[in-house]
Amino acid sequence: MGYQLRVNGVHREVESEWLGESLLWVLRERLGLMGSKNACEQGECGSCSVLLDGVLVCSCLVLAASAPGCEVVTVEGIAATSEPALGSELSDVQRAFVEAGAVQCGFCTPGLVLAVHDLLDRVPAPDEWEIREAISGNLCRCTGYGRILEAVRRVIAERRADPTVTARGVAEVAR
Amino acid sequence: MERRRWAGDTSTLSTPRILPDAHAEGASGGDTGRMTVFVATSVGEALDALTASKPPEILAGGTDLMVEVNFGRRRPDAIVSIGRIASLRRWRCSGEGDASADGEPPEQRELDVDGVRSAGVVEVGAGVTYRQMTEEALAGLVPALAQAARTVGSPQIRNAGTLGGNLATASPAGDTLPVLLALDAEVVVARADGSRLLPVRELVLGPKRSALAPGELIVAARLPARFGHQEFVKVGTRNAMVIATASVALVVSWEPLDVRVALGSVGPTPLRVPAAEDYACARLDAASGELRGGRADLERFAELVRAAARPIDDHRSSARYRRHAVGVCAERALQRAMRSRQVTLGAGGDRVRVGAQMLPEGESPSEGARWATS
Ligand SMILES: Cc1cc2nc3c(=O)[nH]c(=O)nc-3n(C[C@H](O)[C@H](O)[C@H](O)COP(=O)(O)OP(=O)(O)OC[C@H]3O[C@@H](n4cnc5c(N)ncnc54)[C@H](O)[C@@H]3O)c2cc1C
Ligand code: FES
Ligand code: FES
Repeated sequence: MGYQLRVNGVHREVESEWLGESLLWVLRERLGLMGSKNACEQGECGSCSVLLDGVLVCSCLVLAASAPGCEVVTVEGIAATSEPALGSELSDVQRAFVEAGAVQCGFCTPGLVLAVHDLLDRVPAPDEWEIREAISGNLCRCTGYGRILEAVRRVIAERRADPTVTARGVAEVAR
Repeated sequence: MERRRWAGDTSTLSTPRILPDAHAEGASGGDTGRMTVFVATSVGEALDALTASKPPEILAGGTDLMVEVNFGRRRPDAIVSIGRIASLRRWRCSGEGDASADGEPPEQRELDVDGVRSAGVVEVGAGVTYRQMTEEALAGLVPALAQAARTVGSPQIRNAGTLGGNLATASPAGDTLPVLLALDAEVVVARADGSRLLPVRELVLGPKRSALAPGELIVAARLPARFGHQEFVKVGTRNAMVIATASVALVVSWEPLDVRVALGSVGPTPLRVPAAEDYACARLDAASGELRGGRADLERFAELVRAAARPIDDHRSSARYRRHAVGVCAERALQRAMRSRQVTLGAGGDRVRVGAQMLPEGESPSEGARWATS
């Protein structure tokens, strides 16, 4: 038997064998959305981070069958919101990650991109400690975090210089 | 309380049910067995579901339960999800003269004076998340709860994890437990045929064993509002995403003098330490905010705390280190309470609470980082 989930603004039918499946499992294995990564399945690494009704959570700790009626935004939904007119499929956060060299193996990147979008949507001008705390639930085994922090600072500076780009935040998708 | 019946009799939960708005059910393959998921939208609906002869497992934020499910350690036949019950996600404060408010801070009154015993009761819904606990208004009413919540997991975990889940899990390392124990909180427990008040000190029977009967739902916790000066200090292997190696909640009410000390992670349950409380009461001087015997008294206080601890060796820490650490936490908490009293009395001193969550020494914490512990 199935149920419906709303993912990145689209209703999706889920055919599950077992209702105990996590949202992460359903996104990847049932809906083919491989952007959210699975490293620990216990909330420790943040690589599965998604927005559930606008709130940043670990999708591995969400029972998918309890989420019908909720709005799920994954990293795939972030990229889709960017305006092609600006010459890129990526959001400003994603672009900054690329440009700052914050992506090495890339496994942690989707979760971090969600966490950074979430931070900057709530706090447009976070200080250093707010940035560090906002990404404290996302483990990266490659970069040492320096470049990631640098990427966040770039986005803040860019958005400050051109406030219109903030509209491309994730808040939009959820609507 | 609003009551609504399921479409059908909940005593046969294994039969799939259709819920009014959101629903999901299904059968399974392999050894996983059938599972039924109820998404309750009111306490009444949840309690109805819980009347089944084999009550479904309650799912709140999922940060404890889903780990168990993901790793196959728990295979519930039925789950009732309470995450969408709006009334459980609210807190309110009522008390002498304070306008009862939903999520609004009562007016600032003379009660606000730091460290003075106050009146009023805060009722925190079971579905209130750590994130909510750290928000300004509630944090002002129960500062130690905010401090404890601030140390839990990561932003993602704090966005999902709830007070009710922490209480029901009844882990000795549950960070809200020492705070609630020090404040003599009561837990409002409901079932279909009525509700009861359970003192927090009677809730935890042993590691992850609670006094809740199957089918009972925690609805809220009741705490005194703005009670005394509160501190929560936690030690772990790092600053973010860490289960406590040892923790201490301390409440000092100066007028009249009243000290409460509760320990986390150093026993099968959170522990109160009457010996240390009595000692601190006898040695503290409310007129100066000092211990009469200075450093020696502080050390004796920490010793009494260490003596009360009943720590074990496990993968997180050794019993020996836990005992040491809990004394250090207690000492720091008491020093902070004293410093705050001295400031209130105008005796000078530094009011800044330097948070340590990802903050190196000497760096000033941001607004948002204010509730961090060290
Ligand atoms: C990565 C990570 C880090 C963590 N860090 C910390 C930490 O630093 N400190 C800490 O204390 N905890 C920590 N935890 C544990 C967990 O987040 C908390 O215990 C949390 O409060 C559980 O709440 P929940 O809403 O997620 O509960 P759930 O997982 O939904 O439920 C937990 C248990 O409580 C029961 N339950 C839930 N709500 C109720 C209710 N209203 N009435 C009756 N029973 C109920 C459920 O049936 C289940 O058995 C961490 C967990 C993870 C995954
Ligand atoms: S896979 Fe969800 S936090 Fe690691
Ligand atoms: S880039 Fe490899 S884990 Fe972060």
